[in-house]
Amino acid sequence: MQGHPPSPHATDFLVVDSLSKSYPTAAGEFVVLDDIQLTIREDEFVSLIGHSGCGKSTLLKILAGLEQATTGQVRLEGKAIRKPGCDRMMVFQHYGLLPWLTVRENVRLAIDEVLKGLSSREKAQIVNEHLAMVNLTAAANKYPDEISGGMKQRVGIARALAIRPKVLLMDEPFGALDALTRGKLQRQVLEIWENHRQTVIMVTHDVDEALYMSDRIIMLTNGPNAKIGEILEVPFPHPRNRQQLRESPQYYELRNHALNFLDRYFSSDD
Amino acid sequence: MPTPAEALINNRDFILHPFYQRGPGDLGIGWLLIASLRRVLLGFTLGAFVAIPIGFLIGMSRSFMLALNPIIQIFKPVSPLAWLPIALAIFNLADPSAIFVIFITSLWPTIINTALGVSSVSQDYIDVARVLEMPRWRQIYKIILPASLPYIFTGLRISLGIAWLVIVAVEMLTGGLGIGFFVWDEWSRLNLSSVFLAVLVIGLTGLLLDFAIAKLQVLVTHRRPQTT
Repeated sequence: MQGHPPSPHATDFLVVDSLSKSYPTAAGEFVVLDDIQLTIREDEFVSLIGHSGCGKSTLLKILAGLEQATTGQVRLEGKAIRKPGCDRMMVFQHYGLLPWLTVRENVRLAIDEVLKGLSSREKAQIVNEHLAMVNLTAAANKYPDEISGGMKQRVGIARALAIRPKVLLMDEPFGALDALTRGKLQRQVLEIWENHRQTVIMVTHDVDEALYMSDRIIMLTNGPNAKIGEILEVPFPHPRNRQQLRESPQYYELRNHALNFLDRYFSSDD
Repeated sequence: MPTPAEALINNRDFILHPFYQRGPGDLGIGWLLIASLRRVLLGFTLGAFVAIPIGFLIGMSRSFMLALNPIIQIFKPVSPLAWLPIALAIFNLADPSAIFVIFITSLWPTIINTALGVSSVSQDYIDVARVLEMPRWRQIYKIILPASLPYIFTGLRISLGIAWLVIVAVEMLTGGLGIGFFVWDEWSRLNLSSVFLAVLVIGLTGLLLDFAIAKLQVLVTHRRPQTT
């Protein structure tokens, strides 16, 4: 294997090492991601932001192991990621719930696959805990097509957290929701994270969402040949309060900075 | 041509005593219906057992699709009745031959719909399974099978519908005990009233079969079937 010898430290928990992704096409190589270099700390909440088609979802899929990098590699705690694994659980934009299973059974399926050593009682206990965590106890026996989009995504989040992954990957988790539901769910997810810290990588194209929730914002340039344009540190301490953030002048500085970055790449595209 | 009232009176015996037994071959219309249903359900069940796995192979593997698709495309448009002489040559008996024709009839819609269902399982569901490190064989029965069940049932419903259409024609040709031969036999006796009765009975039975399989689908999939 190419790459450097692994050096596991808490600071380089997850390392994306000179990663590129390209697809062969009739017109030659189509480069989606070009030489991405990124280090993510343990328990850090990171957002990936960029215009549609910039390859941010592709990067997330490579982290999940669902797609392969063309060159370079991703290392989690020093070990190279080559295939999907339950140490990196995904929250899907369109929820990824199995419509023939109830809410409870959807969460249970994940636990049955991953936490094989546990007794049936312990598994049921974990399912109940996580359904309670996302306030879905009352809807536990409903089918996905009987509940709202916001509830579906809460099931997706409960399922992802229930198997205790080392990294939670969220692919535009609030993208399919209406604005009010989105705001409420952002707060709920952030509260859960503030109480049970873990590494989260979230793809988004919403600057406010990224600023409210994450510790760092990775801003990608436009694809093809997307690179990391800039990394924005979000210095606000947790627990965060959206109203207080909105009153802080620093929030608007960061917000304008991020929006200017995105605008710059937007206009260069035309 | 009998008027409806005349037909009703002529058929009084059939309607009032559907399960009479008056010597060999002289049985009530209920027995004939059961004989035809037995052939259809046997042929259809055998067909489903063969067609669903083949549909899975075609839906999951491109090479199987390329290998089997030409065969299916050639045989699908063939009237199932064309298989009857071949079946008679193989079995030398009317009953297994009729079942064989129903078996062939039931294959194509189930194969095609199962393959469509399996190949159109949402990538999200597969990704969920992959992230959970679910082994391939468990993906098949925990994800792909339930996800494609609505398609499989659509195929089964179409297959059973056609099988019920075909059995009447098959029995006209093979003779023996059955609702199809009854139609032909009564026509030979210029007994049009009984033919009308048989048409009604065949229609109602077809409706019941379709209703039964739709109920089964709701039971198995927990999802409402698309109304056709």
